[in-house]
Amino acid sequence: MIDLLHTEAKTAKHLRDPSDHRKNPVKLSVRNLDFYYGEYRALKSISLDIMENKVTAIIGPSGCGKSTLLRSMNRIYELYPGLRATGEILLDGRNILSRKQDLNLLRVKVGMVFQAPTPFPMTIFDNIAFGIKLYERLNNSELADRVEWALRKAGVWDEVKDKLHYKGTSLSGGQQQRLCIARAIAVKPELILLDEPCSALDPISTSRIEDLIVELKSDYTIAMVTHNMQQAARVSDYTAYMYLGELIEFGDTDTIFTRPTKKATEDYITGKFG
Amino acid sequence: MALGEADNGGRKTSAGRSWGDFVFENISKLSAWLVLGILLGIIVSLIVGSYPAIRRFHLGFLVSGQWNPVTQQFGALVPIVGTLVTSAVAMLIGIPVSFGIALFLTELSPVWLKRPLGTAIELLAAIPSIIYGMWGLFVFAPIFADTLQPWLKSRLSGLWVFGPLFQGPPMGIGVLTAGLILAIMVIPFIASVMRDVFEVVPPALKESAYALGATTWEVVWRVVLPYTKAGVLAGIMLGLGRALGETMAVTFVIGNAHNLNVSLFMPGNSIASTLANEFTEAIGAMYTSSLIYLGLLLFFITFIVLAFSRLLLARMKQSEGR
Amino acid sequence: MLITSPYRRRRFINFLGLAFAMAAMGFGLFWLAWILATLLHYGLQGISFKLITLMTPPPGSSGGLLNAIYGSLAMSAAAAGIGTPIGILAATYLCEYGRGRWLAGTTRFINDILLSAPSIIIGLFIYSIYVAQVGHFSGWAGAFALALIVIPVVVRTTEDMLKLVPDRLREAAAALGAPRWKVTIFVVYRAARAGILTGILLALARISGETAPLLFTALNNQFWNPNLNAPMANLPVVIFQFAMSPYRDWHELAWTGALLITLGVLGFTILARFLLRPKRHD
Repeated sequence: MIDLLHTEAKTAKHLRDPSDHRKNPVKLSVRNLDFYYGEYRALKSISLDIMENKVTAIIGPSGCGKSTLLRSMNRIYELYPGLRATGEILLDGRNILSRKQDLNLLRVKVGMVFQAPTPFPMTIFDNIAFGIKLYERLNNSELADRVEWALRKAGVWDEVKDKLHYKGTSLSGGQQQRLCIARAIAVKPELILLDEPCSALDPISTSRIEDLIVELKSDYTIAMVTHNMQQAARVSDYTAYMYLGELIEFGDTDTIFTRPTKKATEDYITGKFG
Repeated sequence: MALGEADNGGRKTSAGRSWGDFVFENISKLSAWLVLGILLGIIVSLIVGSYPAIRRFHLGFLVSGQWNPVTQQFGALVPIVGTLVTSAVAMLIGIPVSFGIALFLTELSPVWLKRPLGTAIELLAAIPSIIYGMWGLFVFAPIFADTLQPWLKSRLSGLWVFGPLFQGPPMGIGVLTAGLILAIMVIPFIASVMRDVFEVVPPALKESAYALGATTWEVVWRVVLPYTKAGVLAGIMLGLGRALGETMAVTFVIGNAHNLNVSLFMPGNSIASTLANEFTEAIGAMYTSSLIYLGLLLFFITFIVLAFSRLLLARMKQSEGR
Repeated sequence: MLITSPYRRRRFINFLGLAFAMAAMGFGLFWLAWILATLLHYGLQGISFKLITLMTPPPGSSGGLLNAIYGSLAMSAAAAGIGTPIGILAATYLCEYGRGRWLAGTTRFINDILLSAPSIIIGLFIYSIYVAQVGHFSGWAGAFALALIVIPVVVRTTEDMLKLVPDRLREAAAALGAPRWKVTIFVVYRAARAGILTGILLALARISGETAPLLFTALNNQFWNPNLNAPMANLPVVIFQFAMSPYRDWHELAWTGALLITLGVLGFTILARFLLRPKRHD
């Protein structure tokens, strides 16, 4: 206990640099990110690295800014006036917060899946084809192949292969969410953002999606927000703990969950607050 | 009030409810019935009033182009065609413009402009229709005849099939002018329904489309519009209902001629404008009855269109609640 | 990934679409500005003291609109007096006693249709059941026709406002032992007061400019007539008659009358919006 307090007092730097960071190249690097809702500063000088082909989980109590951080990574917040981010977010070394960054092209590289499933009001097939057709010219059979590939990848193919012309909304919640993951994968993004992808799902669907996340990391880099600590422990390689807009601790998941260096992190993980 | 001091009027009905409740409930129920009664009364009175004409002309009334008070021969073809054509012109212009306005208000407008601009569009609906009529007759028609009409004529009258629509002298008033003014009048109704339904699209759905790299236009055209199609259609039907039944604005500018013309430049007549112009001056039972028959037709058409619109909106509300 | 010409094309289409939206907005505002400017231009010329002191003139001489203004006010007041209580009570049934009953659902549906039904049909209806029966046009007939337009507007807005009153308020009042009618009158109406008043104002705005239903009911009257039981002058029909005439003096009066009713409509509408403005509590 004394030891923990001691550490907290002494650590001024937010970002720990676990040695194994060197093994994987950095896919996305957040540098001194501040985020404002009008006057309100929701993120305070966040810096962290998202490693390639790893799952990074962002945890923390609600309102801590974890979703805001995730939503900065594809600048989806730009849809709403009065929201702005300052600092740098480097995707493969290029600052995506730059004014010159084309938002649509950014979002092709950085896919996103939302809290509640969001099937578009069209058929299952068209849901997947929607994103593909935006940027690629494929003939019908190539398109069908790609749709199948994405649905297989998302582990939902067997359930939907006979009803591709059904409405996306006809699926169950868990299937809808995997459909949305397939839709995100279909455009072959490099980084996938998952914003509490299981919060609206039952336990069985949740475990299927967790398995899927682990499978997907061989091909993709994944950043996910979750309020479920067990989930973070199960699927992620790195974990970031945030509180009140600040990044309290960031490191590999094992360390965070077994030997957190900060008392606040330990309190949260052991359920003392939040 | 202190607890337990409940004074509920003392006397109770057998069901244990106060007399006040009994009276109040039944008065309010009666008022609700009265609303239904209005509709029923309208239908019955129109049928009774038009009965002589229905007996004499049957459904042939719908396809006869005659309108002759002297020989007492009446047919609704000219006003029906006039009503449908002016409404069609109004929809042709009104629907895309309304969509554009709704798109602007929901996706493009800076926040501080949303309210004033929305209010401005709603003001278009608040202007009384007689003002549209006067403005159309005295201000718009002369300018229209000098500028746009000759231009349309020179460009379009040579066209295959559509050409004849734009032939004839540019007089300013006529079916096209009535349609144009109707378009301006229905825009606020359609646009505000579209804006309202666009605004209830879950943000996450739009975000999902943006997150795939779709442009604003693609998000609206391919996700928002399909998602809201029932509501959008309801808005269009509401506007159509308005256009079909609009009286004063049309009466001023349509020309009030019982002629059937291919050209949109020529004067015509709509059901509502025929009623407005001729009803108080109609002499003879058959003339009056034929006019009421026209009214019955108008009510029938608008009732169906409006009922369809309300059913769509009700269905949309239900699916939202799920 | 392939990002070249298709993306350019898509961006161009996006640009066209958004430009179109902006043009559509401009299109709407253009007509509004033009119509209002015309109205002010022609209408203001005729504003003078004579308007409220003189009667509508015969062709070729000058006059005012006193009888028409009075007639419009009298008929609107009578229409609101008849239509408002019925509308509020019907809405009360929809929202309080009739919840979930078929009568409530049907009434709501029919009411919404009546809300947009062609107003000239209302005129025909009152003509058939009242004017034709008593044998003469009258101010009362006009008021009845306008009342039939008031009712659906009041029902709709009142119901919307009653629905906004949270049920826990009703429960709290009922828990004190208040019978339903007292809950409704002393708690629910009071909570929805501003909204109900808004509905009445909107209804008044709506009938201020209605012309079609008055053509066959109130008709017109060139002379001063305070009696609702005789044909009665009113602004919309006077405007219609004067505007359609070939006389210059009449045109001028028509424009001024048009300005007056538009100001009336806008006044009621703005007042209604003011009452309904979002309040800041907490």
